[in-house]
Amino acid sequence: MPKIKLAENTVQLIKDICKEFENKESELINVLHQVQSKLGYLPAEVQEVIAKELKTSVAKVYGVVTFYSFFTMIPQGENPISICMGTACYVRGAEQVLNEFKRQLKVEVGESTEDGKFSINCLRCVGACGLAPVVTVGEKVYGRVAPTDVKKIIAEYKNH
Amino acid sequence: MDIVNLTIDNKPVVVKSGTTILEAASGVGMHIPTLCHMKLEDLNIENKPGGCRICVVEVEGRRNLAPACCTDVSEGMKINTHSMRVINARRTVMELILSDHPFDCLICAKSGNCDLQDMAHNLGIREIHYKGEQSTYREDTSPAIIREVDKCIMCRRCETMCNEVQTVGVLSAINRGFESVVSPAFEMNLDHSVCTYCGQCVAVCPTGALTEVDETGKVIRALSDPTKTVIVQTAPAVRAALGEEFGMEAGSLVTGKLVAALRRLGFDHVFDTDFAADLTIMEEGTELLNRLGKHLAGDKEVKLPILTSCCPAWVKFFEHQFPEMKDIPSTARSPQQMFGAIAKTYFADQLGIKREDMVVVSIMPCVAKKYECGRDEFKTNDNPDVDHALTTRELAALIKLSNIDFTALPNEDFDNPLGESTGAGVIFGTTGGVIEAAVRTAYEVHTKKELPKLDFEELRGMEGIREATIDFDGLPIKIGIAHGLGNARKLLEDIQAGKSEFHAIEIMSCPGGCIGGGGQPYHHGDAGILKKRQAALYTEDKNKTLRKSHENPHIIELYEKFLGEPMSEKAHHLLHTEYFDRT
Repeated sequence: MPKIKLAENTVQLIKDICKEFENKESELINVLHQVQSKLGYLPAEVQEVIAKELKTSVAKVYGVVTFYSFFTMIPQGENPISICMGTACYVRGAEQVLNEFKRQLKVEVGESTEDGKFSINCLRCVGACGLAPVVTVGEKVYGRVAPTDVKKIIAEYKNH
Repeated sequence: MDIVNLTIDNKPVVVKSGTTILEAASGVGMHIPTLCHMKLEDLNIENKPGGCRICVVEVEGRRNLAPACCTDVSEGMKINTHSMRVINARRTVMELILSDHPFDCLICAKSGNCDLQDMAHNLGIREIHYKGEQSTYREDTSPAIIREVDKCIMCRRCETMCNEVQTVGVLSAINRGFESVVSPAFEMNLDHSVCTYCGQCVAVCPTGALTEVDETGKVIRALSDPTKTVIVQTAPAVRAALGEEFGMEAGSLVTGKLVAALRRLGFDHVFDTDFAADLTIMEEGTELLNRLGKHLAGDKEVKLPILTSCCPAWVKFFEHQFPEMKDIPSTARSPQQMFGAIAKTYFADQLGIKREDMVVVSIMPCVAKKYECGRDEFKTNDNPDVDHALTTRELAALIKLSNIDFTALPNEDFDNPLGESTGAGVIFGTTGGVIEAAVRTAYEVHTKKELPKLDFEELRGMEGIREATIDFDGLPIKIGIAHGLGNARKLLEDIQAGKSEFHAIEIMSCPGGCIGGGGQPYHHGDAGILKKRQAALYTEDKNKTLRKSHENPHIIELYEKFLGEPMSEKAHHLLHTEYFDRT
């Protein structure tokens, strides 16, 4: 794994977040949430800082990061696209929607486009089954998405 | 104290409240099978994830089956440990575990010693009804330990040892569901991690997922090479455990048979690491007295407490975790390495052979010794002082392979000059033993008086951290002892905080010391075995005529003829080492 060196202020940001949670190991999940929301992802070097601050092992931190599908070690695109693969969405055609996103953006699940604009992820149920199939882009939710809507959705963010 | 009345398999049972069903049942002779659960009594070590579900029992009035290892008893409980429902559930669980386990038992390193295999046999599994995909993972080979994660059943015992007991923090469960494995962070290889190779993960693994690197092949090759003089050394703890591999009672002392077996295997000279342990005491004891002398003379720079340095896992631990303290431990090499250095100089000279033509094999209770003998600082012109380190288990395998009937062997004596040892060398194999050996010599050298009594009961035992003050004829010497790296960490943190008042601290990585080493016959969760091995070493010590390292005649001769005196320039070159910051 290629090593990246974290900028001073990134390290400080992580330390501050850990401090907010009193550097308690039991707050690991909350710390990871906060850090990911600020940095977009949780690369190895970030996990190392968190482990040190919370006085736990990197292996433990990595264990939690890989257990929860919400956490990611891959940089997210500026516009993270999530396709719900929960039961309701799935039976109403989420897979076709996902395939259309993959085809148009030329990336696989978990990857980002070369220009860094988009990334695709799957998630399990956002609690809006009435709108199935559901797609979210950043904070925005799209309901009853058909493969034919995909082009339009992408276009909304293309020139941002 | 609250008392609970219940019945287990129709037998009335009275236990303390807070007792688990598993413990209560075992008290009346019902041994409920367990896979993930493991408890080492007196050592404060317990793995209780309640994950494998093999220990389920039926509790009257309860809808589902209860895991016995993590369900407390309650008043009036009626428990059935082997009803049809229980047996069916256990078999289903076992079949599901086996459905994702490789079927290579016949060629698995753990075959015959595998808890999973035994359990499947005891449950009478004859068919796996669940066919499907098996999870696969790459094999990871390090200098000492092999991870075959395909064989892992996620019992988490290794994780408990690595994190809670040793506080090394290399192993953790990662990923989820079918993909989950126990791994170092970022799925790096053990070799790249902060693993100390203490081998406690290997010692508790119920399957063949974690084993030592097998070097018996290399030793067989060396023994068959007529151009090589092959000499062997055996660590103190080996003689108190090897017998177990041949069905002998735990705690049987098999020193004489061990020597006989090694001779029959074809080693040219059968020597004793205990000799090198005596040598360690001469060097480490002198270093202690030197530092102490300077301290008493008011030298503020001198580092106290001095920490022992015999244990390679402990050395790697502080190099990774406390590099700023690397000038505190004694610079004395471990007995294994002292032996190798003397064998390939002093003894090779006596034989008139080149070091390249000598092969030094060591038999160790340890897997970290495999890593230690490969360290660069223990090589001359790329030729290592110790060529191969075998575990006690590997030696047993070699003996079986060579058709030797171990239990029928006569008792034989070690060869000279590197086979002579004192009782002080023998007790190096147990927690408290190194420091007791050091005290015996340091006391007499310092006070120039003979010790009235050699048994320092206050230094013995199984407590994780122990302390004692020994009166050096008016000078109180404060001694600390820790076994298990988690306990060592506590003492190190005290030193870091300037709170430590000890003059000397003995540290051994494995619970119980080397007798509980990662290369010893598997204890299968029975800590009583470790205590018996410990007792055996103290018995061997007691039976020795010489019990103080400085009285070993061959050690005296070694200094007269070769080394000069302890801490001499030559001794420094051959018997001392340096430590590295590995962060």
